[in-house]
Amino acid sequence: MTLASLTRDWEPMAYGFLDASAKREIRRKTLKAIAVPGCQIPYASREVPMARGWGTGGLQVSCTLINPRTRIKVIDQGADDSVNAASIRRFLARVSGAPTTTDTLEADLIQSRHRVPEELLREDQILVLQVPNPEPLRPVQPNMSIARQMHADADYGRMWLQLYEQIVRSGRVMQGASYPSLVNGRHVMTPSPIPRWDVPKLNMSRHLTILSAGREKRLHVVPPFTRVEPLVFDDVPYRVEDHAGLTCTRSGAKGFFMNEIPQADGTSAYELSDSDLGAKTIRQSDGEPVEIGATWYRDGEMAQ
Amino acid sequence: MTPTLDAPRFVTTRPLLRAQGVTKSYGGVQALRDVSATVYPGEVLGIVGESGSGKSTFLRCLNLEETPDSGSYTLDLPDVQGNLFELDRYARRMLCATRIGIVYQNPHLGLLMSHSSSGNVAERLLVAGERRFAVLRDKAGAALDASEFPLDRMDAPPSELSGGMQQRVQLAKAIALEPALLLLDEPTTGLDVSVQALVLDTLKRLQRDRRITMVIVSHDLGVIRTLADRVMVMRRGEVVEAGLADQVFQDPQHAYAQQLVHAKL
Repeated sequence: MTLASLTRDWEPMAYGFLDASAKREIRRKTLKAIAVPGCQIPYASREVPMARGWGTGGLQVSCTLINPRTRIKVIDQGADDSVNAASIRRFLARVSGAPTTTDTLEADLIQSRHRVPEELLREDQILVLQVPNPEPLRPVQPNMSIARQMHADADYGRMWLQLYEQIVRSGRVMQGASYPSLVNGRHVMTPSPIPRWDVPKLNMSRHLTILSAGREKRLHVVPPFTRVEPLVFDDVPYRVEDHAGLTCTRSGAKGFFMNEIPQADGTSAYELSDSDLGAKTIRQSDGEPVEIGATWYRDGEMAQ
Repeated sequence: MTPTLDAPRFVTTRPLLRAQGVTKSYGGVQALRDVSATVYPGEVLGIVGESGSGKSTFLRCLNLEETPDSGSYTLDLPDVQGNLFELDRYARRMLCATRIGIVYQNPHLGLLMSHSSSGNVAERLLVAGERRFAVLRDKAGAALDASEFPLDRMDAPPSELSGGMQQRVQLAKAIALEPALLLLDEPTTGLDVSVQALVLDTLKRLQRDRRITMVIVSHDLGVIRTLADRVMVMRRGEVVEAGLADQVFQDPQHAYAQQLVHAKL
């Protein structure tokens, strides 16, 4: 028995918009990134029919992973119905013939911009995050050659210094999104501009998270059951956004990440950022038989 | 024959720093030629010479920023062994971050101008692994205080400080981890005379109180005379005279050293 007899000859085929070599490139680099969690792996980014900066990195990974049976969900800042999310979802469905969904529980592949869904993701689900700037060291070291050396040496003192400066100037850590996080105790990554609320969801999660930047041509990965620890001082604990006490005006849901909607009278109303969870909560309260999965947060606290 | 620094008679301990046969060239320019030096614990070695004599290059070699073409460099510390010029980049970085402090002539080389002064000091502690914010504040404050920096300005960025204050922040950063060796590259050049005197006083006090081993480079003989126990005179990349400070200043042997010592405007 030979290896050749066990494998099929490689046949180039174009499916899901990208040609076979482009997909092979991204598959190989994804496998490499899985092997070294949090390490940025450069890849040959292809042109896709969308402006760079609008999710081309995520789209290329999705096009690579997709097959005709993959159920796709696309969200933009938590919403399934934003223009960008709807366009990408429609594009993926058109080029692959794959079914689409807005239900987090039904989806096999979730492409997201700036949010992780509130419902727990499973082992068989993949989260693809669009990343505008994959280099966490850029604010402290604009020279990318030196930044690469700093990653190699795990020289992250300047990242901590940035947090020190924020506390000195403002009395607290001001980093709202893209909170620098240590992956598997080795590489510091930027978890894309997800809010601080979402960073703990990546820690020891069951699902695979792929973070891809098309413009920067780099991707990094958080494999399942991998430690993701936000950089914090021992005596200044990590704090998520103070949304625990807010109630969604549309669904009545409480204890999740909310969008603030300024009102004419100067006050603010809030609604669930995760639009699918909000819609399901409303349908459930209307008496429809809707399944809402377990959530990362319960009553505003991260479940242990 | 190249003069070398022998141990002063009163010294009985082993040298902390031993550099031997350090040679460095840039293209066709010979910057250092077979330079050797030893420095004993608690001692101050002054290096003098005209511009281009190689004194700053030698200091950068001691700070492991430069790798010479040949030569060896050892520090007599419990966890430091072998020729330091052969260390890899990571080991060099960790050694310099924890055991060697440096004050540059140009504060832009040693400081992050847009960060707070205390942050500049804290950076050194962070590289060494300190992760408690309160401890960082305390230690940064203590180092700045020891450098006679006014603590009410500890969170001001160096870009808003005078040249003398910037040098004090550099000094605080350099001594924050109580390094075994402190390197000073023209620390008072560019400062007016009164500020120079204050910085020199601070250095003298630190040396007296903490017995920090120092190597100071300057073209200003007054600075060297004030601080150094022993002196090395360099010219065109070579050591032309070396000895106890009093001996070199009062009875220079080499013609260039005589010219340097007796030079007046």
